[in-house]
Amino acid sequence: MTTIQIPLAKPVQHSRSLRQRIADNRWVYLFMLPSLILTLMFTLYPIFASFYYSLFQWSGFTSQPFYIGMQNFSEVIIDSQFYNAFRNSFIFMFCSVPIKLSLALIIAIVLNDRALRLAPIFRTMFFVPVVTTTAIVGIVMTFIMSPFNGPINMILLDLGLMGRPIDFFGDPKLALYSVVGVEIWKWLGIPMIYWLAALQTIPASLYEAAEVDGANWRHKFAYITVPLLKPFAVIIVLITAVGTLNVFALAMTLTGGGPYFASEVMEVYIYRTAFGAANSMTLPRIGYACAAAVYFGLSVMAVATLQLVGARWAQKERAGISAAETTAGGE
Amino acid sequence: MMTVKAKGLSSEEHQRRLEIRATRLREIVTTIILTPLALIWVYPFLWMVSAAMKTNNEIFRAGTNLLPAEPTFENFQRAWVQANMSQYFLNTVAIAAGSVFIVVATTSMMGYVLGRYRFPGRRIVIGVFVATVFLPKGYTIIPIFELIGNLGLDGTLFGVILAQSGGAHVIFILLFAGYFGQMPKELEEAAIVDGAGFLRVFFQILLPLAKPVIATVVIMQLIASWNDFLLPLVLTLPRPELRTLSVGMFAFRGEYFTDWSGMAAAATIAIIPIILVFLTMQRYFIEGIAGAVKS
Repeated sequence: MTTIQIPLAKPVQHSRSLRQRIADNRWVYLFMLPSLILTLMFTLYPIFASFYYSLFQWSGFTSQPFYIGMQNFSEVIIDSQFYNAFRNSFIFMFCSVPIKLSLALIIAIVLNDRALRLAPIFRTMFFVPVVTTTAIVGIVMTFIMSPFNGPINMILLDLGLMGRPIDFFGDPKLALYSVVGVEIWKWLGIPMIYWLAALQTIPASLYEAAEVDGANWRHKFAYITVPLLKPFAVIIVLITAVGTLNVFALAMTLTGGGPYFASEVMEVYIYRTAFGAANSMTLPRIGYACAAAVYFGLSVMAVATLQLVGARWAQKERAGISAAETTAGGE
Repeated sequence: MMTVKAKGLSSEEHQRRLEIRATRLREIVTTIILTPLALIWVYPFLWMVSAAMKTNNEIFRAGTNLLPAEPTFENFQRAWVQANMSQYFLNTVAIAAGSVFIVVATTSMMGYVLGRYRFPGRRIVIGVFVATVFLPKGYTIIPIFELIGNLGLDGTLFGVILAQSGGAHVIFILLFAGYFGQMPKELEEAAIVDGAGFLRVFFQILLPLAKPVIATVVIMQLIASWNDFLLPLVLTLPRPELRTLSVGMFAFRGEYFTDWSGMAAAATIAIIPIILVFLTMQRYFIEGIAGAVKS
């Protein structure tokens, strides 16, 4: 009797206990509900909906969508304006991220010096642009960098550095890089805080011990700071890179994508295709914009995944090397 | 022996003084290098406030001088009344207040259960939230617009509030989870012995203890909401009277393009409050940002 009962009772008991545990935790599930519903509605649903809408020809939110299969996708991929915006977004990322991160690291290392008594004030000054309203800062910057009486051009002219004013946002060759420059200025404070947080995890005693051994600042940087920052660096690069693709407010207010689409990034392209056409003669193309958004979203996730895989690989390599070192040391 | 020892001591003392002097020198040099750089960093805001108190004539004529010759507040009045900044200011405050309230409520409850309870499905929930970090916003704006429309909330402030609160807010949840997770178990055990239920334990005992995290979430969400552009731009397209400060200024740029002092005054009205909020609650904000890396 008992030998039969045991195998039978086991799965039953297991499922009962799971149900029991869920019932015991009903308050827990109730507490998660508001946050889960909001996330489902505004974060997860839009991902799947973007893909679904991209299968339709749909000119304006008031009109009827019309199923056309994968046609939007095959049309987007050969659209030179899509390609242009896509390329601009990635140029933007590859210009902005390295400059922003290295500048932020230098400033963070300087500010992390305990001898510097004014460090908190400097930190605040470098951080202030981060908290200011992006779209409004963008408009103010078009004045400040204006070729017509803008203060930056006036200062450059007064100093005799330029023969004539620079049209930062009007020159098709310069526009995208001018937006990158403003973006670096605006958001530098965030990676600076990331680096400062990471630097503060390094115990000061390590540097002191290195100093006793006669290490100079270059040794300390190469053999203490860099290796100990590496695990943080992976996540900092990832967060900063994804954030850099999110530049709608600046791109829209500084150049609006112009001149002649020279600085049009992906978000501006999607906005223009789905909403912006309301002011012009062409019809908005929502399904088409969704197809572009799906392509772009997938590429961003691919970049993020590549980065994570690369970081894992580098970590394993390093673990292998240090393991080899310890065994060698043991011998 | 005695003389040698004394000599050793004095050279040690000498060494220490040299080090202090080197540290001081390093401080002075870095301060001298950093000061102009930091001033360049805040220069756009100094220019903005200064231009807001000049006449258009003076901005174009006197050029780079930051001090206005005859400070005037007429520009602020023009921006506040004529350019409708007063209405936009109220809209922005209402949206910020609403989204801060919803976000604090939902993320604190979520963080509380994730940080303090072990239950079936916990790891799935965490996994979903972490995965959402990698989604760019431009990717989701069209379905959000459509969803708000289907809910009948298009052209309402509540629609903007809801859409802004709907981000996954992973960092806030992790901050709450970490904070609640490290509180001692005795806190609620004592309360439960006294007959307190799940709700009372949370709202009356644990939540009030999480004030530092609440402060961080309040200020971070306040600044994010105040500065948001894409969502309010898209959701207020049919209703200009619901525009926020940033959308309003963007819309008026074409109209008042030559009125630099008026635009500078409007920008000052929009930006100075949020800078002041940041300066007074800086510590909490910086902690929130740093929390993204630590967790």
